Amino acid sequence: MVPDRVEREILIDAPPDIVWSVITEAEHIGRWFSDSAAVDLRPGGELLLTWDEHGAVYWRVERIDPPHFVSFRWLRPAPSDSGGDELREDNSTLVEFSLDPDGEVTRLRVVESGFAELAGSEEENAKDAEEHRHGWKLELDELRGYVSALVRGSVRR
Amino acid sequence: MRSSGGDVDELWAAVADPTRRQLLDVLLAQGHGTATTLARELPVTRQAVAKQLAVLDRAGLVEGARRGREVRYAVRPERLDLAARSLARVAARWDERLVAIKRIAEAAARAQTEQMEEVS
Repeated sequence: MVPDRVEREILIDAPPDIVWSVITEAEHIGRWFSDSAAVDLRPGGELLLTWDEHGAVYWRVERIDPPHFVSFRWLRPAPSDSGGDELREDNSTLVEFSLDPDGEVTRLRVVESGFAELAGSEEENAKDAEEHRHGWKLELDELRGYVSALVRGSVRR
Repeated sequence: MRSSGGDVDELWAAVADPTRRQLLDVLLAQGHGTATTLARELPVTRQAVAKQLAVLDRAGLVEGARRGREVRYAVRPERLDLAARSLARVAARWDERLVAIKRIAEAAARAQTEQMEEVS
Protein backbone atom coordinates (compact mmCIF):
# COMPACT_ATOMS: atom_id res chain seq x y z
CA MET A 1 0.00 0.00 0.00
CA VAL A 2 1.06 3.62 -0.10
CA PRO A 3 3.60 4.41 2.62
CA ASP A 4 4.29 7.76 4.28
CA ARG A 5 8.02 7.69 3.73
CA VAL A 6 10.66 7.35 1.09
CA GLU A 7 13.86 5.47 1.85
CA ARG A 8 16.77 5.24 -0.58
CA GLU A 9 20.40 4.23 -0.22
CA ILE A 10 23.59 4.11 -2.21
CA LEU A 11 27.12 2.74 -1.78
CA ILE A 12 29.85 5.32 -2.20
CA ASP A 13 33.49 4.49 -2.77
CA ALA A 14 34.74 7.16 -0.35
CA PRO A 15 35.25 7.36 3.44
CA PRO A 16 32.40 8.72 5.61
CA ASP A 17 34.17 12.03 6.36
CA ILE A 18 34.30 12.90 2.67
CA VAL A 19 30.65 11.89 2.13
CA TRP A 20 29.77 13.95 5.22
CA SER A 21 31.36 17.08 3.79
CA VAL A 22 29.54 16.59 0.48
CA ILE A 23 26.20 16.36 2.31
CA THR A 24 26.75 19.27 4.68
CA GLU A 25 29.01 21.87 3.00
CA ALA A 26 27.42 24.72 1.08
CA GLU A 27 29.82 24.42 -1.83
CA HIS A 28 28.78 20.79 -2.44
CA ILE A 29 25.05 21.16 -1.68
CA GLY A 30 25.04 23.77 -4.42
CA ARG A 31 25.98 20.97 -6.80
CA TRP A 32 23.84 18.00 -5.81
CA PHE A 33 20.69 19.72 -4.56
CA SER A 34 20.25 23.35 -5.58
CA ASP A 35 22.25 25.92 -7.53
CA SER A 36 23.61 27.56 -4.40
CA ALA A 37 23.35 27.13 -0.63
CA ALA A 38 23.85 29.03 2.63
CA VAL A 39 24.48 26.67 5.53
CA ASP A 40 24.42 27.17 9.30
CA LEU A 41 25.33 23.67 10.41
CA ARG A 42 24.27 23.38 14.08
CA PRO A 43 21.07 22.18 15.76
CA GLY A 44 18.38 24.73 14.91
CA GLY A 45 20.58 26.28 12.24
CA GLU A 46 19.03 27.07 8.88
CA LEU A 47 19.95 26.18 5.35
CA LEU A 48 18.75 28.34 2.50
CA LEU A 49 18.92 26.35 -0.71
CA THR A 50 18.43 28.43 -3.82
CA TRP A 51 17.78 27.68 -7.47
CA ASP A 52 18.60 30.37 -10.00
CA GLU A 53 15.29 29.91 -11.76
CA HIS A 54 12.74 28.61 -9.29
CA GLY A 55 13.16 30.11 -5.86
CA ALA A 56 14.52 28.65 -2.67
CA VAL A 57 13.68 26.20 0.10
CA TYR A 58 14.45 26.26 3.82
CA TRP A 59 15.83 23.39 5.82
CA ARG A 60 16.45 23.44 9.56
CA VAL A 61 19.04 21.25 11.23
CA GLU A 62 17.33 18.88 13.70
CA ARG A 63 20.01 16.50 14.90
CA ILE A 64 23.65 16.28 13.97
CA ASP A 65 26.28 13.65 14.79
CA PRO A 66 29.22 13.99 12.39
CA PRO A 67 30.09 12.00 10.35
CA HIS A 68 27.32 9.49 11.07
CA PHE A 69 23.95 11.19 11.07
CA VAL A 70 22.25 14.47 10.27
CA SER A 71 18.55 15.30 9.97
CA PHE A 72 16.73 18.32 8.63
CA ARG A 73 13.17 19.64 8.62
CA TRP A 74 12.27 20.65 5.07
CA LEU A 75 9.68 23.42 4.97
CA ARG A 76 7.19 22.61 2.23
CA PRO A 77 6.39 24.76 0.44
CA ALA A 78 9.04 27.51 0.39
CA PRO A 79 8.31 30.37 2.84
CA SER A 80 6.28 33.29 1.57
CA ASP A 81 7.88 36.70 1.12
CA SER A 82 6.03 38.00 4.18
CA GLY A 83 7.97 35.54 6.31
CA GLY A 84 6.64 34.24 9.61
CA ASP A 85 6.42 30.66 8.39
CA GLU A 86 7.47 28.60 11.35
CA LEU A 87 8.57 25.07 10.79
CA ARG A 88 6.08 22.64 12.27
CA GLU A 89 5.46 18.96 11.82
CA ASP A 90 2.48 19.69 9.62
CA ASN A 91 4.22 22.00 7.17
CA SER A 92 7.48 20.15 6.75
CA THR A 93 8.94 16.76 6.04
CA LEU A 94 11.84 15.16 7.92
CA VAL A 95 14.96 14.29 5.93
CA GLU A 96 17.46 11.98 7.64
CA PHE A 97 20.89 11.06 6.31
CA SER A 98 22.74 8.07 7.82
CA LEU A 99 26.33 7.22 6.91
CA ASP A 100 27.67 3.76 7.72
CA PRO A 101 31.18 2.59 6.86
CA ASP A 102 30.94 -0.75 5.05
CA GLY A 103 34.45 -2.07 4.48
CA GLU A 104 36.14 0.34 2.08
CA VAL A 105 32.93 2.12 1.15
CA THR A 106 30.24 4.23 2.80
CA ARG A 107 26.61 3.22 2.81
CA LEU A 108 24.54 6.41 2.59
CA ARG A 109 20.86 6.16 3.41
CA VAL A 110 18.28 8.94 3.13
CA VAL A 111 14.79 8.76 4.60
CA GLU A 112 12.20 11.43 3.91
CA SER A 113 9.04 11.06 5.99
CA GLY A 114 6.00 12.95 7.21
CA PHE A 115 4.01 13.28 4.00
CA ALA A 116 0.81 12.22 5.75
CA GLU A 117 1.19 14.84 8.51
CA LEU A 118 1.80 17.38 5.81
CA ALA A 119 -1.62 16.61 4.40
CA GLY A 120 -3.23 16.74 7.84
CA SER A 121 -2.87 20.49 8.07
CA GLU A 122 -5.25 21.06 5.21
CA GLU A 123 -8.36 21.65 7.30
CA GLU A 124 -6.66 24.07 9.68
CA ASN A 125 -6.27 27.03 7.49
CA ALA A 126 -7.45 27.76 3.99
CA LYS A 127 -4.38 29.82 3.16
CA ASP A 128 -2.07 27.08 4.35
CA ALA A 129 -4.01 24.59 2.29
CA GLU A 130 -3.72 26.77 -0.77
CA GLU A 131 0.03 27.02 -0.26
CA HIS A 132 0.27 23.27 0.17
CA ARG A 133 -1.60 22.74 -3.04
CA HIS A 134 0.76 25.12 -4.75
CA GLY A 135 3.77 23.39 -3.21
CA TRP A 136 2.70 19.96 -4.26
CA LYS A 137 1.83 21.17 -7.72
CA LEU A 138 5.36 22.55 -8.03
CA GLU A 139 6.75 19.26 -6.75
CA LEU A 140 4.75 17.21 -9.21
CA ASP A 141 5.62 19.48 -12.10
CA GLU A 142 9.30 19.53 -11.21
CA LEU A 143 9.51 15.83 -10.71
CA ARG A 144 7.69 14.93 -13.87
CA GLY A 145 9.94 13.69 -16.58
CA TYR A 146 12.72 12.26 -14.49
CA VAL A 147 14.29 9.20 -15.96
CA SER A 148 13.89 7.24 -12.78
CA ALA A 149 14.62 3.84 -14.28
CA LEU A 150 18.00 5.02 -15.47
CA VAL A 151 18.82 6.52 -12.09
CA ARG A 152 17.67 3.41 -10.19
CA GLY A 153 19.87 1.29 -12.41
CA SER A 154 22.94 3.17 -11.32
CA VAL A 155 21.88 3.23 -7.67
CA ARG A 156 21.67 -0.55 -7.43
CA ARG A 157 25.20 -0.97 -8.57
CA MET B 1 -1.85 16.59 -16.43
CA ARG B 2 -4.51 18.03 -14.21
CA SER B 3 -3.22 16.88 -10.87
CA SER B 4 -3.70 19.69 -8.41
CA GLY B 5 -1.74 19.29 -5.20
CA GLY B 6 -4.98 19.55 -3.24
CA ASP B 7 -5.96 16.20 -4.65
CA VAL B 8 -2.66 14.76 -3.52
CA ASP B 9 -3.06 16.24 -0.02
CA GLU B 10 -6.42 14.55 0.34
CA LEU B 11 -4.99 11.29 -0.93
CA TRP B 12 -2.22 11.39 1.66
CA ALA B 13 -4.68 12.06 4.46
CA ALA B 14 -6.90 9.22 3.25
CA VAL B 15 -4.14 6.63 3.02
CA ALA B 16 -2.43 7.73 6.26
CA ASP B 17 -4.90 5.69 8.35
CA PRO B 18 -4.02 1.98 8.76
CA THR B 19 -7.67 0.85 8.76
CA ARG B 20 -8.29 2.67 5.51
CA ARG B 21 -5.19 1.10 4.01
CA GLN B 22 -6.47 -2.34 5.05
CA LEU B 23 -9.83 -1.52 3.48
CA LEU B 24 -8.12 -0.59 0.23
CA ASP B 25 -6.12 -3.84 0.34
CA VAL B 26 -9.25 -5.95 0.80
CA LEU B 27 -11.10 -4.04 -1.91
CA LEU B 28 -8.17 -4.49 -4.29
CA ALA B 29 -8.03 -8.22 -3.54
CA GLN B 30 -11.77 -8.82 -3.83
CA GLY B 31 -12.64 -6.30 -6.53
CA HIS B 32 -15.50 -4.78 -4.56
CA GLY B 33 -17.31 -4.92 -1.24
CA THR B 34 -20.03 -3.40 0.91
CA ALA B 35 -19.68 -2.10 4.47
CA THR B 36 -21.19 -5.41 5.64
CA THR B 37 -18.88 -7.73 3.68
CA LEU B 38 -15.82 -5.62 4.47
CA ALA B 39 -16.60 -5.60 8.20
CA ARG B 40 -16.31 -9.41 8.12
CA GLU B 41 -12.73 -9.12 6.87
CA LEU B 42 -11.52 -6.52 9.37
CA PRO B 43 -11.59 -6.31 13.17
CA VAL B 44 -13.89 -3.27 13.12
CA THR B 45 -17.62 -2.71 13.15
CA ARG B 46 -19.78 -2.19 10.09
CA GLN B 47 -20.39 1.41 11.21
CA ALA B 48 -16.64 2.06 11.43
CA VAL B 49 -16.13 0.56 7.98
CA ALA B 50 -18.92 2.75 6.56
CA LYS B 51 -17.29 5.83 8.07
CA GLN B 52 -13.87 5.02 6.60
CA LEU B 53 -15.40 4.21 3.22
CA ALA B 54 -16.96 7.68 3.24
CA VAL B 55 -13.50 9.24 3.79
CA LEU B 56 -12.02 7.16 0.95
CA ASP B 57 -14.98 8.14 -1.23
CA ARG B 58 -14.39 11.86 -0.55
CA ALA B 59 -10.72 11.47 -1.47
CA GLY B 60 -11.83 9.78 -4.68
CA LEU B 61 -10.00 6.55 -3.86
CA VAL B 62 -13.15 4.41 -4.01
CA GLU B 63 -16.48 4.78 -5.75
CA GLY B 64 -19.77 3.40 -4.59
CA ALA B 65 -22.81 2.15 -6.51
CA ARG B 66 -26.10 1.51 -4.74
CA ARG B 67 -27.15 -2.16 -4.80
CA GLY B 68 -30.55 -2.58 -3.14
CA ARG B 69 -30.13 -1.51 0.47
CA GLU B 70 -26.34 -1.37 0.39
CA VAL B 71 -23.65 0.54 -1.44
CA ARG B 72 -21.09 -1.57 -3.25
CA TYR B 73 -17.61 0.00 -3.30
CA ALA B 74 -14.65 -0.53 -5.61
CA VAL B 75 -11.17 1.03 -5.73
CA ARG B 76 -10.53 3.72 -8.33
CA PRO B 77 -7.09 2.53 -9.43
CA GLU B 78 -6.16 5.72 -11.28
CA ARG B 79 -6.50 7.71 -8.04
CA LEU B 80 -4.52 5.22 -6.00
CA ASP B 81 -1.90 5.32 -8.71
CA LEU B 82 -1.67 9.11 -8.41
CA ALA B 83 -0.88 8.80 -4.69
CA ALA B 84 1.69 6.09 -5.32
CA ARG B 85 3.27 7.97 -8.18
CA SER B 86 3.72 11.19 -6.22
CA LEU B 87 5.85 9.25 -3.69
CA ALA B 88 7.64 7.41 -6.49
CA ARG B 89 8.63 10.79 -7.91
CA VAL B 90 10.00 11.91 -4.54
CA ALA B 91 11.99 8.65 -4.46
CA ALA B 92 13.29 9.12 -8.01
CA ARG B 93 14.39 12.62 -7.08
CA TRP B 94 16.39 11.31 -4.10
CA ASP B 95 17.94 8.62 -6.29
CA GLU B 96 19.19 11.33 -8.58
CA ARG B 97 20.57 13.39 -5.68
CA LEU B 98 22.29 10.33 -4.18
CA VAL B 99 23.97 9.58 -7.49
CA ALA B 100 25.21 13.18 -7.60
CA ILE B 101 26.52 12.93 -4.00
CA LYS B 102 28.28 9.69 -4.93
CA ARG B 103 29.97 11.28 -7.95
CA ILE B 104 31.18 14.31 -5.99
CA ALA B 105 32.40 12.25 -3.00
CA GLU B 106 34.22 9.68 -5.14
CA ALA B 107 35.95 12.41 -7.15
CA ALA B 108 37.03 14.07 -3.88
CA ALA B 109 38.29 10.74 -2.51
CA ARG B 110 40.33 10.08 -5.67
CA ALA B 111 41.83 13.59 -5.52
CA GLN B 112 42.79 13.02 -1.88
CA THR B 113 44.45 9.68 -2.69
CA GLU B 114 46.41 11.22 -5.57
CA GLN B 115 47.57 14.07 -3.35
CA MET B 116 48.81 11.61 -0.74
CA GLU B 117 50.66 9.61 -3.39
CA GLU B 118 52.36 12.76 -4.65
CA VAL B 119 53.51 13.64 -1.14
CA SER B 120 54.94 10.20 -0.43
